[in-house]
Amino acid sequence: MSTAREQILGNLRKALGRGHLSPDREAQLDARLSASGGAVIPARGRVEGQARITAFCDEAARVGTTVARVPSSAAAPAAVADYLAEHDLAADIRLAPDPFLADLPWSEQAALSTSAGPARPTDTVSVTTATAAAETGTLVLASGPESPTTLNFLPDTHIAVLLAETIVGAYEATWSAVRAADGPLPRVVNWITGPSRTADIEQTLLIGIHGPRRQHIVLIDGQDT
Amino acid sequence: MSSDSPNVALFVTCLVDLMRPSVGFAAVKLLEDAGCAVSVPATQTCCGQPAYNAGDRADARAIARQVIEAFEGFTYVVAPSGSCAAMIKIHYPGLLADEPGWAARAEALAGRTHELTQFLSDVLEVDEIAAQYQGIVTHHDGCSGLREMGIKEQPRALLGRIGGLALRESPKAEACCGFGGTFCVKYPEISAHILDEKIDDIAATGADTVIAGDLGCLLNIAGRLKRRGLAVKARHIAEVLAGSTAAAIGEP
Amino acid sequence: MDATSSAFPENSRRALADERLQEALHRLADGFPARRREAVDRLPEFDQLRAQARAVKDHVLENLDSYLERFAAKVEEAGGHVHWCRDALEARQTVLRICRDAGARTVTKSKSMVGEEIAINEHLEAHGIEPVETDLGEYIIQLRREAPSHLIAPAIHLSKDQVTETFKAAHGEFPVGRRLDEPRAMLDEARTVLRKRFVEADVGITGANMIIAETGTAVVVTNEGNADLTMTLPKVHIAITGIEKVVPTLDDAVTVLRLLARSATGQDVTVYTTFATGPRRDDDVDGPDAFHVVLLDNGRSALMESDFRDILRCIRCGACLNHCPVYSAVGGHAYGWVYSGPMGSVLNPGLVGIEEAHHLPNASTFCGACEEVCPVGIPLPKMLRHWRERAFRARAVGATGRAGMRAWAFLALRPRLYRAVTGAVMAVLGALGRRRGRFRRLPLAGGWTVARDLAAPQGPTFISQWAQRRRERS
Repeated sequence: MSTAREQILGNLRKALGRGHLSPDREAQLDARLSASGGAVIPARGRVEGQARITAFCDEAARVGTTVARVPSSAAAPAAVADYLAEHDLAADIRLAPDPFLADLPWSEQAALSTSAGPARPTDTVSVTTATAAAETGTLVLASGPESPTTLNFLPDTHIAVLLAETIVGAYEATWSAVRAADGPLPRVVNWITGPSRTADIEQTLLIGIHGPRRQHIVLIDGQDT
Repeated sequence: MSSDSPNVALFVTCLVDLMRPSVGFAAVKLLEDAGCAVSVPATQTCCGQPAYNAGDRADARAIARQVIEAFEGFTYVVAPSGSCAAMIKIHYPGLLADEPGWAARAEALAGRTHELTQFLSDVLEVDEIAAQYQGIVTHHDGCSGLREMGIKEQPRALLGRIGGLALRESPKAEACCGFGGTFCVKYPEISAHILDEKIDDIAATGADTVIAGDLGCLLNIAGRLKRRGLAVKARHIAEVLAGSTAAAIGEP
Repeated sequence: MDATSSAFPENSRRALADERLQEALHRLADGFPARRREAVDRLPEFDQLRAQARAVKDHVLENLDSYLERFAAKVEEAGGHVHWCRDALEARQTVLRICRDAGARTVTKSKSMVGEEIAINEHLEAHGIEPVETDLGEYIIQLRREAPSHLIAPAIHLSKDQVTETFKAAHGEFPVGRRLDEPRAMLDEARTVLRKRFVEADVGITGANMIIAETGTAVVVTNEGNADLTMTLPKVHIAITGIEKVVPTLDDAVTVLRLLARSATGQDVTVYTTFATGPRRDDDVDGPDAFHVVLLDNGRSALMESDFRDILRCIRCGACLNHCPVYSAVGGHAYGWVYSGPMGSVLNPGLVGIEEAHHLPNASTFCGACEEVCPVGIPLPKMLRHWRERAFRARAVGATGRAGMRAWAFLALRPRLYRAVTGAVMAVLGALGRRRGRFRRLPLAGGWTVARDLAAPQGPTFISQWAQRRRERS
C-alpha cells in the first residue's frame, strides 16, 4: 500500500473523528451497495406500454434524434437506405459485428454496401443496436465484441436499430440489460441523447462538433409483426 | 387599547432609526391600526448584522445577547426589514447555539420575530388598507426577506388593497440590487454594476415608484436613481401602506 | 496555475471595463438561468431529487474512506489502476509517468477542472509531451493560453470574432483568405483539426464527474462527444478526479445525473453520459489497453473538517455561477484561480489559502441565489461567512474596514453612547441635507457616493422622536 493512500485515508478518518469503520458499519455499507431501489424515480420514467414508446419518441425528438418506426426487423435495411437517400448521404455503412444485424436483409437494398467491425476514421455511417430509456429519449449501448464503442462516436451519422420492447422507462431499469449476473460492467456503457452539440462559441447551439452530426433511430415496433 | 391586544415590540432597525424615522412611525401606525399595543425598547441599536457578515463573530454575539435582553417579554417582535428580521430569526439561534442559557433564549426570540408585511399578512391577517396611492409601482424583493424569510406574496397582497395603486411586476424583481451591506463600499464598482442592472430593470417597467421592504436596498436604489437623474421615486412599503406624507427617499 | 485571487479588486475593475466580456456575460445571464428554470419546471420531482442527492453525498462523506477503498478495489478487479495523490505535484508526476511509460508524444484531453487544478498541461508540455484540449471551448482557450472562465462554459468570456482571430492564427493548414465569420464554419474547422489529433493521440486524459464504488466506474459527461473519443481511441485512458467524487452505486449516480445537466445547461441530460470501467476486455475490438484513475486530495481531506465539509458535495454544475450577481458582473477570471463564482469563493480559500483568497468570500452580497439553485443544497453564503470569520481572525481584511467595523460594534453595544453620537451626527447631516434631500459627496462616504447619492437623514432619530412622543402623551 502506498504511503499517499494511507495518508489520505488517515486524514479523512482524522477529519471524521474516528478510526477504521467498524465491521458492523462496513456490513451496512455492503448492504447499501447491493440494495437497489428506494430512489425517487420521476413519473416520466414510470410510463408503460405504448405510452412509454410514445414518450421515448417525443423525448428523442426534443433533443434532435430522428426516429423512423418500422413494423418488423426485416424492414430495417430499407429504412436505413431511405434515411441515407433522403439526407443525400453515402451508402457505405459500417455495421456492428452483431448477429442480429448480420441477419437483416441488407442485400435487398441494392444501394447499400455494408461491412462489419469497429469504426475506422474513414467510415461515415454506422449502424448498431441499442436499448433505450424513455425518460429522456436516451439510447443505451454497452461495449463488447458485438458492439464496438468507436461506432457510436467516429462516423458522421450513427443509426441505432432499436426494438420497441427493449425500451425501459427510467434509467435505473437500464442496468439489468447491460450487466452480467456478476463480474464487472462492460468496459463502457454509453448513454446517447441526441447528436453531438456545443454552445461554446457565444452560446450559439450548434450540432455536430466531435461525435455524430446525425443521430437516427430505426425503431422496430413489434406490435404489428 | 384593550388588554388582549397583541403586545408588539418594534425593532426599528438602525437604518430606519437614524436615516428615515418616518418608516418607523408608519410601521407603528400599521400595527396600531391593526389593534396592536406597540412598544419600542429604548436600548435597541443594531441587530449586529454588519459585524456578523464581516466575520466578527464575537461582537455579533455580544450584540445578539443585547437584543435578546431588550426584546424579551413581548409577544411579538416586528421589524420593518426582511434583512434585520432574518438576522434575529434565522441567524441568532446559530450564533448563540453553543452558549449555555443563551441558545434557548435566542430560539425563543426567533420564534416571536417577524418582518412587518409578513406579520400584517400572515399573523394579523390584515385585509383592509385605508391608504391610497396614485401611481404605478414595482416591487423589489430584498434578498434576505425573499430567500431567508420567504417574503414574496405578503407585500403584494397588501399593496393590492391600496386604492389607486397599480402594481407592475418586473421579471427580475428577485435580482439583487448590489447593496450587500458593506459589500457596496468594499467593492463599489461591482456593486454599482449590479445596481445599474437593477435600475435599468426598474426603469423598463415604466413604474413611477419602486417599493421595497428594506431601507438598505432602498437607499442604494434611490441613490443611483438620483445620480442617474431618473424621476422614479423610492419608498419603503410601510410608508405606502400607512399613507405617509414624508418626501420620497433622497428628495427634499 | 498561479493564483491571482489577491488582486480581485483590480481584476474585477478590468473585467467591468471590458466591453466584449460584458456582452458575453449578458449572454450567459440571459441563457442558462431561464433554461434551467424550464428544465426544472418539466420535472416535478426535482426538489425530491435534490434532497436525495444531498443525502447520498452526505452519506458518502461520512464514509468516504471506506467508499474510496471499495472503489479502488473494484477498479483493480476490472483490470485498472488507481493512483492516490496527496497534492497537485504528486498528481502531475503520476500522469507524466503514465504518459512516459506509454511512450506518449501527444495526449488528448477532455475538460477537467482537476486538470486545471494540478496544471497538468503545463507540466506535460514542459516535459516534451503535447497536450491537446478537445472540448471546443477548452481548445479555444488553450490556443489563446488562457484559463477557463466558467465550470462548464470555459470560453464564455470570448466573442466569436476573438475565436476567428485565434483559429486564423493557429490553423496554418487552411487557406488564409477563408471565410470564418460564422460559428458553424469555426465548428467545422475545429472538427477537422481535432479529429486528426484524436486519432493520433497516444494517451487520453479525462476528468470524471463521478466515480462509483459499486463498480469501479468513472462517469464522464459531455455534449460534444470529445471525452468518448479521448478515452476510446488512444492506448491509455487516464481519468483524473477529486476524492470527493465517489458515489456508492449506479443508481446513486443516476440521481445525481438527473440534477446535473438540468442545473448546468437546462438540458434534461447531456448528450453523452459515459460509464467507463477498466481497460478493454479480451474479446473487445476497440477501447484502451490501460485504464488509470488518479485520485486527488489536494486539500480536500482538510476541508472535511467542520465548517467546510458541505462544499465537498459540489457536483460542479455551475448553477451558482450562473445565478450570482457578482460572477455575472466580473466573470470567472477575476477570481484569480481555477474555480470561480460562489463555489469557487468557498473552495479556493481552502485550496490556495485564505491569505491569498480573502477577497473571494468577501466579494458577495449574500443574496442567497446560489444556495437557492444549488442541486445538492450547499449553504454557500453560510460557508462564505465562515471564511470571513477566519479572515477576520487572521487579520487578512483591510485595517480600515476592520477598525470601522469594530467602532460600530463598540457603539452598538453602548446604547446611551450610541444615541448621543448617532443623534448628533444625524442632526448635523439632516440639517446639511435638508435643502436637496441628498448628498452627492460626503467625507468618509466615498465608497458609497462614487456611484450613488446618499439620501439625507430626516433629522432627529426615531428613538428620540418616540421618546418625545411618549413624554408628550404621558
